[in-house]
Amino acid sequence: MRLSPKLTQRIAWGFIWAAGISAVVILLLIVVYVIARGLPVFGSEFFFSEPKGGISGEGGISSVFVSTIWLIATTMVILIPLGIGAAIYLAEYAPDNWLTRLIRYGVELLAGVPSIVFGLFGFAIFVMALNFSYSILAGALTLACLLLPFLIRSAEEAMKVVPRSYREAALALGATKWQMTKSVVLPAAIPGIITGIILCVGGVVAESACLYVTMGGSAGMPTSFFDGGRSLAVHVFYLAMETNALDKALATGAVLIVLILIINLITRWLAWRFRARMEGKA
Amino acid sequence: MSRYFADRAAKRLVFILGVSAFLILVLIAVFIFREGVPAFQELGFSLFGTKWYPSRDAFGILTMLVGSVVVTLLALALAIPLALGCAIFLAEVAPSRIRQLTRPAVELLVGIPSVVYGLVGLVVLAPLIADISGQGSGSSVLAAGIVLAIMVLPTVTSISEESLRAVPPQYKEAALAMGATQWQTIRCVLLPTARSGIIAAVILGTGRAIGETMAMVMVIGNSPIFPDSIFSPARTLTGNIALEIGHATGTHESALFATGAVLFVLVMLINSIGLVVHRRMAR
Amino acid sequence: MDLKIQTKNLDFYYGEVQALRRVTLEVKEHQITALIGPSGCGKTTFLRTLNRMNDIIPRSRLEGEVLLDGQNIYDNGVDVVEVRKRVGMVFQQPNPFPKSIYENVAFGSKMLGMNHSAVLDEVVEKSLRQAALWDEVKDDLKRSALMLSGGQQQRLCIARVLAVEPEVILMDEPCSALDPAATLKIEELMQELKKEYTIVIVTHNMQQAARVSDLTGFFLLGELVEYGTTGELFSRPRDRRTEDYITGRFG
Repeated sequence: MRLSPKLTQRIAWGFIWAAGISAVVILLLIVVYVIARGLPVFGSEFFFSEPKGGISGEGGISSVFVSTIWLIATTMVILIPLGIGAAIYLAEYAPDNWLTRLIRYGVELLAGVPSIVFGLFGFAIFVMALNFSYSILAGALTLACLLLPFLIRSAEEAMKVVPRSYREAALALGATKWQMTKSVVLPAAIPGIITGIILCVGGVVAESACLYVTMGGSAGMPTSFFDGGRSLAVHVFYLAMETNALDKALATGAVLIVLILIINLITRWLAWRFRARMEGKA
Repeated sequence: MSRYFADRAAKRLVFILGVSAFLILVLIAVFIFREGVPAFQELGFSLFGTKWYPSRDAFGILTMLVGSVVVTLLALALAIPLALGCAIFLAEVAPSRIRQLTRPAVELLVGIPSVVYGLVGLVVLAPLIADISGQGSGSSVLAAGIVLAIMVLPTVTSISEESLRAVPPQYKEAALAMGATQWQTIRCVLLPTARSGIIAAVILGTGRAIGETMAMVMVIGNSPIFPDSIFSPARTLTGNIALEIGHATGTHESALFATGAVLFVLVMLINSIGLVVHRRMAR
Repeated sequence: MDLKIQTKNLDFYYGEVQALRRVTLEVKEHQITALIGPSGCGKTTFLRTLNRMNDIIPRSRLEGEVLLDGQNIYDNGVDVVEVRKRVGMVFQQPNPFPKSIYENVAFGSKMLGMNHSAVLDEVVEKSLRQAALWDEVKDDLKRSALMLSGGQQQRLCIARVLAVEPEVILMDEPCSALDPAATLKIEELMQELKKEYTIVIVTHNMQQAARVSDLTGFFLLGELVEYGTTGELFSRPRDRRTEDYITGRFG
């Protein structure tokens, strides 16, 4: 029996509505669940004390939070000059030749490699060979490698959309190439570049696998970037796998969700500013 | 003349940064493969055997390869219909007010750390599965597949939705004007036109799924055995590295690098398939 | 009248495609030289060879000479940046930077290392006055240049060029994106500017060439077909192809 078009339309519509609603509901339920179970744990003890270890998972997340901040700062100090510099080279200076194509291909290739593979590399080079042992520095160096392809691509993209007419106008006024890049291209591209950087911060916050094998599990308050530490995401893993304090794990997860939400809002706002500036409204 | 000096200096600097960024990335790839070579030389094809007992010098990674592939396929089987339905819903069906709410929500969900998904899987899903199957803790291929499906759902949905939106409205209008129903229009006009974008979305989701590590470690049970049912525990390639690299030496360490190399190749393979399909479609 | 720019047997290629063939032309000082011809005839390409803006196009190649005050600007060791400072350019689409009006005009001076704000203020005012824009924007110097109308933007771009104190100003269809009133303003401006500067303008509008220019060159398929005083060329063209073009038989 062949179904009439009208009937298939009804069935298909039913499925599409069900899929749309259920996907959104499942995803929102997860967020709501984590926040609802985490919220009661929030309080000064949770935010301002260090994890005390042990199977019961006593204590809070203060040192973990500080380690995360250290990790973000160290990663960015390594990542930003390298990533932005490489992006400027590719967007403005690179001639159209085999070397450039090779660099682009390499960046493209590494962008999809799983983070644990970067972790493996970071463990062997930074933790073992260079003897940084499990430390924030080793974690940051590994993360910088992991995020490098993404930052290069997004910064290059931001510079590529700056109209060619701006570049021509600057050159025709007698600007050197670097003056053109510095005074015209970079200012126009900066909201896009900052969006890329902030997404990298989000990547640092969310990443766990490659940190688990390079930063170790020490839960103490870091005093320098040669100390080991746990980021919030790694802390969630430890709490879930090695303690009974699932509520604390969920509360830490809730903190992560809030951080990601803030990062998301900032990038939205920046993207809006970027468009406004390109259209002359800012 | 200082601005000319600055110009030359800047040119040299960004060139050095560009090339060194590239060299670092090349170094990573070369290093992973080179460190895996000893394991291959020592173990030969037994590296692709089924027994992983580091204490007895047995380093067969086939079990984990199967674990990764099975979990990924299960996740895709669950996620693709849902993601496609959801993408069509958002692009074509949903009232604009719902759409305005769901789009940012889906984008937010792409950024949520994988450990959070793993945690919810551990706290909610695993006990549920343990109840149903009546065995163990519920950490299983099924739990891992479901968690992974939920994780790739936002990615696949948002990219598919974008490519559905990119279809010119004239196509749709032409079909509707010929008396096709909305579903016929979607099936015969929209989906075929957007398919290369949808395939790209699926490929990207697959790459993510294969590479996911900590969330898998949290819900799959991590026993290096062949799963004999969806309720059985297993171990993924990624989890294998994360769990053991900290205390591995000698051949064991090299075998873990070989695991990394296999992952690397797997991801390359997936991406090249994506590229080939994309080129076919473009014609 | 002195010679300002002289091209000799200029050939230009985009990859394998030859865009200019043996173009020999003389630009006289304090005159307006108009270049006309159908689209794709090479007039814009030719204009851009005069301040080496074609350098930035990959896989392009030039043969022949462009002499600026007798010096070939394509010689080894010639500083491109200096050439472009002496030979400024106004583009088809007004292209102010997404910065304030003030920053736009001060841009070139800042590139030359001038940071003294009193001097910059003076340069900005003088250039905007010269471009007949001062009265319209003097209270809004800090506003974004993108807020201006198209005609104002184009005059801002002219002011921006004037601020660098060039000797020659190249204009690539500067009025094609503007309405008739704004076009008229620019044309009047050109008459003022020619007292101090040498102007070369590419235009697809023959009436405009006839109205504003002293000398006119007609390009076709990459060749300079005819070059002479504007009056001569429009009333008594020597070449049949020129006649066909200006009488509207093709183009």
